[in-house]
Amino acid sequence: MTDVTLDTVATATLPTRRDIGLKRRYAAERRFRLYGVLAILVGLAFLAVMLVSILSKGYTSFWQTTVSLPITFEEKVIDPDNKRATDPNVLVTANYPALAQKALAEKLGIDPKNKPMMTKLKGFLSDGSRVQLRDVVVSDPAVIGTTRNVDILAGANLDSAFKGQIDLTVPEDRRKVSDQQVEWMNKLKTEGAMAEHFNTGLFTFGASSRPETSGLGVAIIGSAYMMVIVLLLALPIGVAASIYLEEFAKKGRFTDLIEVNINNLAAVPSIVFGLLGLAVFVNFLGMPRSAAFVGGLVLTLMTLPTIIIATRAALAAVPPSIRSAALGLGASKMQMVFQHILPLAAPGILTGTIIGLARALGETAPLLLIGMVAFVANYPATPFDPATALPVQIYMWANEAERAFVERMSGAIIILLVFLMAMNITAIVLRRRFERRW
Amino acid sequence: MSSMLVLAIVIVIGIVAFVIARQRAAAQDDGKIKPHSRAHYHGWWAFLLSVLPAVLLLAVWSIGSSVYLNSRLHAQMPAETGVASEPLAVSLTKSLANGLRKLDPQQVSALPATFAELQPLLAAKGVALATDTQDYMIPIAAEANQGADRLGLIGAVGTIGLALAGAFYGISQVQLRARARNNVERLMLWGLLGASTIAILTTIGIVLSMLFQTLNFFNRVPPLQFFFGTVWDPRFAAAGAGASEGQFGLIPLLAGTLYIAFVALLVAVPIGLMSAVYMAEYAAPKVRAAVKPALELLAGIPTIVYGIFALVTLGPFLRDLSAALAGGASFIQAQSILTAGLVMGVMLIPVVSSLSDDIITAVPRAMRDGSLGLGATRSETIKRVILPAALPGIVGAILLTASRAIGETMIVVLAAGVAANLTLNPFEAMTTITVKIVNQLTGDLEFNSPQTLVAFALGITLFVLTLVMNIVALYIVRKYREQYE
Repeated sequence: MTDVTLDTVATATLPTRRDIGLKRRYAAERRFRLYGVLAILVGLAFLAVMLVSILSKGYTSFWQTTVSLPITFEEKVIDPDNKRATDPNVLVTANYPALAQKALAEKLGIDPKNKPMMTKLKGFLSDGSRVQLRDVVVSDPAVIGTTRNVDILAGANLDSAFKGQIDLTVPEDRRKVSDQQVEWMNKLKTEGAMAEHFNTGLFTFGASSRPETSGLGVAIIGSAYMMVIVLLLALPIGVAASIYLEEFAKKGRFTDLIEVNINNLAAVPSIVFGLLGLAVFVNFLGMPRSAAFVGGLVLTLMTLPTIIIATRAALAAVPPSIRSAALGLGASKMQMVFQHILPLAAPGILTGTIIGLARALGETAPLLLIGMVAFVANYPATPFDPATALPVQIYMWANEAERAFVERMSGAIIILLVFLMAMNITAIVLRRRFERRW
Repeated sequence: MSSMLVLAIVIVIGIVAFVIARQRAAAQDDGKIKPHSRAHYHGWWAFLLSVLPAVLLLAVWSIGSSVYLNSRLHAQMPAETGVASEPLAVSLTKSLANGLRKLDPQQVSALPATFAELQPLLAAKGVALATDTQDYMIPIAAEANQGADRLGLIGAVGTIGLALAGAFYGISQVQLRARARNNVERLMLWGLLGASTIAILTTIGIVLSMLFQTLNFFNRVPPLQFFFGTVWDPRFAAAGAGASEGQFGLIPLLAGTLYIAFVALLVAVPIGLMSAVYMAEYAAPKVRAAVKPALELLAGIPTIVYGIFALVTLGPFLRDLSAALAGGASFIQAQSILTAGLVMGVMLIPVVSSLSDDIITAVPRAMRDGSLGLGATRSETIKRVILPAALPGIVGAILLTASRAIGETMIVVLAAGVAANLTLNPFEAMTTITVKIVNQLTGDLEFNSPQTLVAFALGITLFVLTLVMNIVALYIVRKYREQYE
């Protein structure tokens, strides 16, 4: 008996294992996980490749090659007829590049009468020397007749060569820098007269057809104007609208209409806002084209939904007990909102606003339509003057053919990204520090 | 007097009224009778009474007078304007009037009769005018300036008078039991309501402005030719002259738009969805905390940067790669559907992943636990339970993403090309609706040529397309959310 029982027990405890495909299923599980990891890695890899490619192309734009030359401000070149006392235009229109050219020839030991050698000097110095020397003379006319050391910008091609971006093994006739110029460049380099300096011009110059004298000055001012306008308009209007919708509006058709509108506006393509700006602000109301003011208005309309949605979330997160307490102590509804709810919701509102501003700062398409793609060389004194914006300037440089513009463009992208990064990090820090969990 | 100066004066009057009313209210409070409102509410009420009506009057007056002056200018134009069109003559007269403002008073009182004599005077003041300004415009411009000055002065006096009256009335109203707070709060509520209607006004503005210009366009080009034309060849509009006829076929642009959006979704949806699933179901909290901000960073990069990357790096790379593969001629163009679609797809990854992350985490815990408890592996749970449950929401998310892809501008402007081809080859260039809007509207433009107006027809097509997708998507997402709440 016992034997038999033992036998049956043995067979019962050891059933033949049913094949439920565990191996296959676990393999599928591992594969699925791998796909997930791969998907994330693809996204991150793309981010890394993009940032590295922009950084590697753009970081050199923060340095600019200059040639330090002892310029003799000769009276007979600047003001041959000695008329500057009566006609101030003389100092403005004088042939300053000739001075720079002469100083360079002297420095290199070239005889100014040696015509073929002098033509090879062409392009060595930037044409921006005209403006540089003019500014020196106009600000201090007493400099005429004396000699002074001035750091003259090198030409765009020499700048590239100096930074080692031009392949010098290519035959001479297929590159933009001649062997003679390279020889001079190396000579000046060993003498210490030619060196790279931090490129302040990138931040201060306006539009120019020459890469070495073009910069982001106008674009930064234009973008700053627009950000101020967006902040001044979108923040109060957005907060007011959210307060109404969240605290005062009765549920009904009208409120529903507003909400549907806000949700849809948040998803309308940005270029449509540009069309609106062009048709209404520029064409119908006759506001100036290319002006930062119109750009600011368009960006305000575009940013409003973002701010409203963030503000409403922040207001809704304040617990109802605070409202009841304020009302119970005799505050009016308006006092309750403005003295109790709004301060508590402020960090959330601020975060939403900063994120909205960051989006507005990077927006390009609507600005193209209202004519901010303009060649603006002078700083806009008011928001009503023609201006460009940071991303629009990047777009304009992207359409230029010269390689030095690609360098500037990448540099501008780095600056734009730094601004955006700073804004986003501020938003994150604000959220971490001040956001309360109720 | 400029309206800015008037505005400043009005505000100063308002501030004075505020201070006086507040002090009066504070002085009246002797502690015997309980005041209804605190002193600063009386101040604000006086401020609002003096500033609001005055500012309204100023706004209405300046808009009205500029409309009146404009219509008078049009009426004064002779039948033979001497320039191409009457609007041009009016705008020349206006810039002449602006130029005259720069002259000294004694110069204005003795204006020369001909433009040839006037021009050097203006040039000396740094005013450059179009050379086809006609002699008859000079008296009209001078008169327009005088009229504007007179109207401006009347408006300024009226506005300031109204502000003063409001201030006195507001100050006289200060009494202990006066309901100043209620008055102020009622106005504030109106202000809040007004702010929230801006969203509606914006939508109305978008629709009306585009509809108006589109109808204008359809007067010149029949709608059938626009919606079903297969050739896009707008030609150039010559300023002033009768514009040459072009062909405005929407089909190639629409096809390009949809094709590029399709390629972008092919990239964005699998990658975005898989990363959302991984983040929601597998990732350890530490990994999630590190990777999520990085993906959000991808979403925070402006689209122009993606466009530049496609133009400068990816496009040439794909071209050279295809040349190396084919051993000679490259079969991928530098600007192609593939390049634009790929880069746009990457831009959309965070959009898909953050939208579907929300939807996946909204699937109730019980469904997950039930499936796991029955012995399913995690991936089986995801594939057979969570994703089917989340499917409507995910479809909504994909629709929202698709509408973003269709409306995206800068990437396609830089990476997709400008030639309006009809092709199925993803290695060739196609163009999109947004690219053509930008192309037709950059540079000098005249508002009455079909070449310009077509941009608004394209814009309204785009608006309607994205609007329908958004509404459907929002409806699906909301419906889905209610299902589990």
